[in-house]
Amino acid sequence: MEGQYSEKVMEHFKNPRNVGEIPDASGVGNVGNPVCGDIMRLYIKVDDKEVITDAKFKTFGCGAAIATSSMVTELIKGKTIQEALKVSNHAVAEALGGLPKIKMHCSVLAEQALRGAIDDYMAKKKAQGPNSKG
Amino acid sequence: MRKVYLDNNATTRMREEALEAMLPYYKEIYGNASSVHEFGRTARIAIDGARKKVADLLGTSSVEEVFFTSGGTEADNFAIKGVAHALKAKGDHIITSAIEHHAVLNTCKFLEKEGYKVTYVKVGKDALVDLDELKKAITPKTILITIMYANNEVGTIEPIEEIGKIAKEKGVYFHTDAVQAVAKLPFEARNLNVDLLSMSGHKIYGPKGIGALYIRKGTKITQLFHGGHHEMGKRAGTENVAGIVGLGKAAELARKELGEENRKLKELRDYLYKGIVSKIQDVRLNGHPEKRLPNTLNVGFKYLEGESIVLNLDMEGIAVSTGSACTSGSLEPSHVLTAMGVDPAETQGSIRFSLGRDNTKEDMDYVLGVLGPIIKRLREMSPLYDGRKQT
Ligand SMILES: Cc1ncc(COP(=O)(O)O)c(C=O)c1O
Repeated sequence: MEGQYSEKVMEHFKNPRNVGEIPDASGVGNVGNPVCGDIMRLYIKVDDKEVITDAKFKTFGCGAAIATSSMVTELIKGKTIQEALKVSNHAVAEALGGLPKIKMHCSVLAEQALRGAIDDYMAKKKAQGPNSKG
Repeated sequence: MRKVYLDNNATTRMREEALEAMLPYYKEIYGNASSVHEFGRTARIAIDGARKKVADLLGTSSVEEVFFTSGGTEADNFAIKGVAHALKAKGDHIITSAIEHHAVLNTCKFLEKEGYKVTYVKVGKDALVDLDELKKAITPKTILITIMYANNEVGTIEPIEEIGKIAKEKGVYFHTDAVQAVAKLPFEARNLNVDLLSMSGHKIYGPKGIGALYIRKGTKITQLFHGGHHEMGKRAGTENVAGIVGLGKAAELARKELGEENRKLKELRDYLYKGIVSKIQDVRLNGHPEKRLPNTLNVGFKYLEGESIVLNLDMEGIAVSTGSACTSGSLEPSHVLTAMGVDPAETQGSIRFSLGRDNTKEDMDYVLGVLGPIIKRLREMSPLYDGRKQT
């Protein structure tokens, strides 16, 4: 139920980090739909050493959805793609001091948004591959 | 910080007069109303007095038609299960609507498991029950129609008189859950063709855990609780004397103040809505524009999800809710808005402001002052708002 959010969740909900868009993002992840009540869009900027230099998000959703989006962007900034792939939904929830059971799906969405952004980045890189070599 | 309570459809702050009236019954007047000695007789007199006041508020001259319960939920359960069980030999079909409170809906679901058949009549986009469909749903097996007087989420007032007429013509019992209508709308149960009507104490500035069911004389009903002969043999259990006295006081004052109170609430509510519309774009009014409880305003904020708005307002000391209190926190969109055909994406961002007697114009100004920036900030965070920033 509402009101069972940890202090950390409330803190990220009140002051979400990294809200916004990255116009020239290296990858974008989109998950959720309005019927189930949550939509997340996660942007990552990756440098040529495969390090995530910036991450931003836009989220339609409850307090937990906003807090998990905020936390996942914080967790991946400065990490390499390989490291970021290891960031699980549990890690996001844990970093927030836990989530109410019925809100755990928000952390799953955050993980999926991250995977989506990384997949998008990989796909773009592959597509550009021949160009950069040539 | 300023505190503004706008969740009066969930519950109200008990009025001082009710509390004052109750206190002696928690202290020196502690007799069991069934006892013959003076301790008991004093409690009995208090209960009788309260019953009269509730009867007056509900619009019946007969105190024998008022039965105290533990609240609206019990009154609904008593009415629906009581009639269903009493008329089992006559039929097995119940008609209700898709937008009832869960106290009615889940009672009907329970009866379905017992073998009864239930029709959930549709509502229009303003939440008015479809009367044609209701008429068509009646069969020789129909034993009860139960339709709420006014909806708790959007405030729409149902055509109770017309439904009563239909039910009477067909010889079917009619129950109405009037938990949200009592003390907000002027009515007289005796003129409505209703056989059963539920009310609750804590929605009318009385105590929690007390309510009443109006049962028209002669209505066949099986009791829910078995035991002693309390409540004219229809509801066993030692009476909650203090609660009943508090309910009586709240009923007495509600009857006196109803007209004045509602004029004030309607004015404040409309002031709030006008302010919202003038400051915030892409909002929609949920519920019937006119046939609506004077204190209720349900507004959909496009591109947003409700809980994030509720929590942000809470941080500013403002209490509102998304849908009904028991469903917020669950992941399903409001069954009421869904039944009204509101776009699924838009049911999520709907907020109910339900005003009460403590509210002032300053409260509305305070809300209007903080609401705009909150909606703006959340929309800027919403991926659904993309490309709509022109204005
Ligand atoms: C329409 C309606 N019916 C029934 C109830 C239940 O009443 P109570 O809380 O007294 O059990 C409520 C209040 O939540 C209500 O709004």
